[in-house]
Amino acid sequence: MNDVLDVGLRLLIVFAVFLVLPLVVGQTEHKVMAHMQGRLGPMYAGGFHGWAQLVADGVKFVQKEDIVPANADRRVFQLAPAVALLPYLLVLLVIPIGPGEGAVGQVIDAGLFFALAVMGVGVLGSLMAGWASANKFSLLGGLRTAAQLLAYELPMLLAAASVAMAAGTVSLPGIVEAFEWWWLPWQVVGGLVFFTAGLAELQRPPFDMPVADSEIIFGAYTEYTGLRFALFLLAEYAGIVVLAALTTVLFLGGWHGPFGGDGSGWVWTLLKIAALSFVVIWLRVSYPRLREDQLQKLAWTVLIPLALAQIALTGIVKVAIQ
Amino acid sequence: MPPIPGSGLAKGLAVTLRTMTKRSHTAQYPEVQPELPPRSRGVIGLFEENCTVCMLCARECPDWCIYIDSHKETVPAAAPGGRERSRNVLDRFAIDFSLCMYCGICIEVCPFDALFWSPEFEYAETDIHELTHERDKLREWMWTVPAPPALDPAAEEPKEIAAARKAVEKAEVAAAAATAPAPPATGTYPAAPGPGTPTLAPAPAERAAESGPGTPAAPAPAAPDDAAPAGESTTPLPPTTPEGDA
Repeated sequence: MNDVLDVGLRLLIVFAVFLVLPLVVGQTEHKVMAHMQGRLGPMYAGGFHGWAQLVADGVKFVQKEDIVPANADRRVFQLAPAVALLPYLLVLLVIPIGPGEGAVGQVIDAGLFFALAVMGVGVLGSLMAGWASANKFSLLGGLRTAAQLLAYELPMLLAAASVAMAAGTVSLPGIVEAFEWWWLPWQVVGGLVFFTAGLAELQRPPFDMPVADSEIIFGAYTEYTGLRFALFLLAEYAGIVVLAALTTVLFLGGWHGPFGGDGSGWVWTLLKIAALSFVVIWLRVSYPRLREDQLQKLAWTVLIPLALAQIALTGIVKVAIQ
Repeated sequence: MPPIPGSGLAKGLAVTLRTMTKRSHTAQYPEVQPELPPRSRGVIGLFEENCTVCMLCARECPDWCIYIDSHKETVPAAAPGGRERSRNVLDRFAIDFSLCMYCGICIEVCPFDALFWSPEFEYAETDIHELTHERDKLREWMWTVPAPPALDPAAEEPKEIAAARKAVEKAEVAAAAATAPAPPATGTYPAAPGPGTPTLAPAPAERAAESGPGTPAAPAPAAPDDAAPAGESTTPLPPTTPEGDA
């Protein structure tokens, strides 16, 4: 009985985090983008500093009609947003926030493997959406998405593998346990590759070519309206949280902080996640969108060689230490 | 030295970060009214009293968006035995701002200063017909016309004032010369130039130059003010004064 309660509580907390953190990131994005671009639009809703902007967005999404195109594959069309969103919820289960059993939803020995495998499912959501929309442009968008996600999966895995090699484990808490401060310069290339590839996995600017709203009208999501579209957006923001959390755990030492005991570990983790989420937003504001060929070229000719070099470096240092 | 690869990317990030820490410069228009320059072209105001229904504005308007209706009234003779006079009375003066292209030609051609630019620009309507402003509305705009901006500190003096001032100075000199050495001749020199004196008008030589090549350059008659010997009253203008392009 106690086990059931324990599991239920953990699931509830992870679910709450899953619902809250992406919204916080979304609100931050509204405000940060507004400030960076000198815009006043998001500063009106609700009075002080436009605090209700996200609420207004939510109300807007709920009001919209839920349309399924006549020729669409109904079941697949309706399921696609859930398929895109769920992987991120599952990944959140295994990410350790602080040291010890209490600060992680579920300890899995192959946590890194699990996280990356589950995140790979996300591409299915976009493919389903593109295919089921019965719209050739959506299909094109879906295929572009798939091409991009597959291209960036590889450097992401390679960079993560380098850390796993360094720590000698694929358990996420294990990696953080093994973390030393000098891993920061040692794994910095891998970290950059991981973060960049993750950004592309999320189809965030500047890697949002497949959903380019001004060019191919949101790619695979053209036919989606109202809440289903909001779910795709939520998947994007949940993805930011997951990416920031994974980068924190793998490359930035998770709950290790320059000062403070183990008790305040979760604060460090959250701070690092917040900082990385800010960087994600910052990059979105600063850089223009990559073209299709530039996108693929970056993955195959820059990120993968860098990731391989990082693995080689990790191997050499590892052998040298022993 | 070649730029470090990736330095452009860093520069971009720096720009956005710097912008984030600054206050936005965006004009908060509906809450804060914009500060318009004094010659803003917002809407046209009509000063009815100055309008003589000469129709110049309506005729010069490239868009033909000015509508003027008028009729003639006869004014009874002022003195017994005098002649009756006729006078134009404005019935309608309307500007269709859906056609107006804000060129300002009407305002420039108006010889009697009856039309003015007002900086008011918030007169959007949901019906295009309501953009035709009748004379009462144009009259209301008139009260929003700002006072003309002051001249620049180093600006040239306006011609009318310069001419008047010169005339007064000369008159003073002449008066002083007349009172001191010799007894005044018949008549007294007017202290201020009266309507009969030509002092307000530019010197004839100047006018001849202004009249352009179309008019035969008349030999500049001796300017009466310059030539006026002390003690003499004003000499009348020679009858051959060039009158513009008459």
